[in-house]
Amino acid sequence: MLNTSSNETYEEARRQLEICNACRYCEGYCSAFPAITRLRAFADGDITQIANLCHNCRGCYYACQYTEPHEFALNLPQALAKTRTESWQAYSWPAPLGAVFQRNAAASVFITIVAVAALMLLIRALPATSGDGFYAVLSHGAMVALFAPLFLFPLICLFVGLKRYWKDVGGERITLAHLKDAVSQAATLRNLSGGHGEGCNFESQDRFSQARRHAHHAVMYGFLLCFASTSSGTLLHYGFDLPAPYGFWSLPKLLGLSGGLLMTLGCIVMLTLKAKADAALSNPETHGADQAFVGLLGFVGASGLALYGLGSTAAMPALLALHLGAVAAFFVLTPYTKMAHGFFRLAALVRDAQQKP
Amino acid sequence: MSKPGTEDHILKPDVLVIGGGNAAMTAALQAREAGKSVTVIEAAPKAYRGGNSRHTRNFRCMHNGPLGVLTGDYDPDEYFDDLLKVTKGDTDPQLAKLAIENSESAYRWMEAHGVRFQPSLSGTLSLSRTNAFFLGGGKALVNAYYARAEDAGITVLYDAHADHLEISNNQVTEVWVSTRAQELCFKPAAVVVASGGFQADTDWLARAWGPAAKNFLIRGTPYNRGVVLKDLLDQDIQSVGDPTQCHAVAIDGRAPKFDGGIVTRLDCVPFSIVVNRNAERFYDEGEDVWPKRYAIWGRLVAAQPDQVGYAIIDSKSRDLFMPSVFPPIEADTIPQLATKLGLAPDKLEHTIETFNAACKPGPFKPTELDGLSTQGLNPAKTNWARPIHEPPFYGYSLRPGVTFTYLGLKVDQTARVSGKQGPMENLWAAGEIMAGSILGQGYLAGFGMTIGTVFGQIAGREAATHA
Ligand SMILES: Cc1cc2nc3c(=O)[nH]c(=O)nc-3n(C[C@H](O)[C@H](O)[C@H](O)COP(=O)(O)OP(=O)(O)OC[C@H]3O[C@@H](n4cnc5c(N)ncnc54)[C@H](O)[C@@H]3O)c2cc1C
Ligand code: SF4
Ligand code: SF4
Repeated sequence: MLNTSSNETYEEARRQLEICNACRYCEGYCSAFPAITRLRAFADGDITQIANLCHNCRGCYYACQYTEPHEFALNLPQALAKTRTESWQAYSWPAPLGAVFQRNAAASVFITIVAVAALMLLIRALPATSGDGFYAVLSHGAMVALFAPLFLFPLICLFVGLKRYWKDVGGERITLAHLKDAVSQAATLRNLSGGHGEGCNFESQDRFSQARRHAHHAVMYGFLLCFASTSSGTLLHYGFDLPAPYGFWSLPKLLGLSGGLLMTLGCIVMLTLKAKADAALSNPETHGADQAFVGLLGFVGASGLALYGLGSTAAMPALLALHLGAVAAFFVLTPYTKMAHGFFRLAALVRDAQQKP
Repeated sequence: MSKPGTEDHILKPDVLVIGGGNAAMTAALQAREAGKSVTVIEAAPKAYRGGNSRHTRNFRCMHNGPLGVLTGDYDPDEYFDDLLKVTKGDTDPQLAKLAIENSESAYRWMEAHGVRFQPSLSGTLSLSRTNAFFLGGGKALVNAYYARAEDAGITVLYDAHADHLEISNNQVTEVWVSTRAQELCFKPAAVVVASGGFQADTDWLARAWGPAAKNFLIRGTPYNRGVVLKDLLDQDIQSVGDPTQCHAVAIDGRAPKFDGGIVTRLDCVPFSIVVNRNAERFYDEGEDVWPKRYAIWGRLVAAQPDQVGYAIIDSKSRDLFMPSVFPPIEADTIPQLATKLGLAPDKLEHTIETFNAACKPGPFKPTELDGLSTQGLNPAKTNWARPIHEPPFYGYSLRPGVTFTYLGLKVDQTARVSGKQGPMENLWAAGEIMAGSILGQGYLAGFGMTIGTVFGQIAGREAATHA
């Protein structure tokens, strides 16, 4: 069990949740409120679950009659964001890494630079191969040897964390119906719709806007397209004996190009929105680290696009090192940064599907 | 009062709206949409804008057939009957019917101006047919109106107090306003007053009600001090409503003096016994279902020594009512609980033993009148009377919490204020400040916002026509 019983962050979240439960005015904004009003008392596991259901839409902050200077000092989006940070840190494995990266932008930047440098050295050190395109610089075998573990290790770490989460929130056996419900909520970001479909209060204060929902969609679907591009390449390589490079009208290229564009643009919009939004309505301690992570994700997309555009020029080896370095850093950082939110949110949505009447 | 410097700041909007709650913003939007220039004077700073309206959760709305989030039908006759029941007939039927009949179009007007509704909140199912709940509550409604006002080019001054309306020949000629920085003198063509009641002026409350009122808590904004109301009544504008009365409910005694809002309400009374400072019971806690009784408990507690009461339950009743903002005081024995509450332990123990002995076995049904009554006890508890003997025991302190005052301005069907020599030329009123015409006594949940929205629209429209 997460050791949080005497923890100030959880105590503060509990205090605010009890006020909300006596009020309930925000019930229609998101899934967190119905989860609140189903309870009379809030155990730590309940708070963890509610915090991970919250998508930081901020509707409940701007609608609240008890925000500061009122003595009840409600700021539920912040209280839940802080709880989320703590829960991800506690569930991260190995735990000390979570403690380093959650709150520290410089650490993420440092890892990225190290990864890029390592890739540069590797490309220099390895002899030129007989492969085509990128494989001429870094052989297919070397890429697989490097990225297969980099991809699998974070997944194992996340799996360990999610199992702990599931135990703490009292999760039950998962059925197809639970998954369907959770995935459809995630796919539409229903919890950023404001309940009325007009969006959230992220960057325009008490006015509603779809900007964050749309930007997040771009990043998420862009990311998934890039993932599909790599998967299709793997399939072509091993299943059909069709190794890269691929032409423009190939599946890997089309998926990768559209995904890369969406992801890059989405991240740029995300960063501008974050810069406009009031940092005090999220966890101010993770603001920089979160920005750094979104920046890294955008950089992965942008360097991929650059590689596509300049792949046949002399800049290619350097760009390849940049791109692959960024991808490597992304993989390493996934379990310990903002990226973890996707996995825990999905778990929370599945748990919510089990608890909804 | 000395006259502020008129030369420097002669501000002349077509319509000046005094107040910044639901009624004021409705009137302002309506007047602006009629093409007039509008300035809003709000006494509160921006963070606290919106008066008592920011604390509301719903409004009562007639409808034939389902309407938005509202289920079933609620026809105007039933609505009017409900009003007659709570006011015991103390209402102006013409004005009341005007509010009721326009409540349906008010729903649409609100929606068109950015208010969003949600199904009745969990724990309030009984209101799902009659009351439309605001998504996010009253502050979200207020935010929507201010955003519209900004887009429409309405000038809003925060931290701006209207101190005085200069009247000659049934005409408002000037409005004196003080802000932090300066004194302003407005010369508007038309004026809408929507500045609420006077409940936040506890000296006035004490003069009207008696010194006990000093111990009352005010559930809503500290900015409704009745300054404009008093200024107008001092100039012989006609009034309605009992000047000595206020609507008060029993709320958690630990609530802040002002602005505690909805979360300080306590719904435990029907399942408890309530004692006063002397650890004695004083009224039938189980007289009726709570929604029908909660409004009388403000007065009941107000009549007790130090205006304080203590509701006591045991563990089996803990989850029968909506949770409240502060956790109850808890103890394993009655004497310990008494000590924690500041009551005489032996007296409380005696009161509870006497009560327990008068309880009789029978079926207990928390959601309906179950007739489970004490026998031979005075005062009796006529429903839900179960012995209090399963630890832990819980106690809540109760104090009267004032919602609003009844004294207001007399208006006609066009929301026009009545002066000493007949209708005022250019003065209209909306919301709490004129609600006494319709709600002479008692209260009908959600009717305050209905009155404010309907008469806000009328006042805004009429003022615009005049300006
Ligand atoms: C806790 C609570 C919950 C409630 N819940 C409901 C509910 O769910 N449904 C319902 O229908 N009713 C409810 N009511 C009653 C409801 O709040 C009122 O009926 C309604 O808000 C009145 O609207 P109004 O615009 O007239 O006044 P208010 O909203 O109170 O606005 C008055 C405005 O005037 C301003 N003001 C005061 N004096 C001056 C001055 N001298 N100069 C300039 N500005 C001034 C104030 O700052 C304020 O902005 C509730 C009341 C309380 C206290
Ligand atoms: S955030 Fe504020 S308005 Fe919303 S439910 Fe909580 S206390 Fe009520
Ligand atoms: S910030 Fe939005 S998602 Fe989070 S609890 Fe508040 S309303 Fe729900």
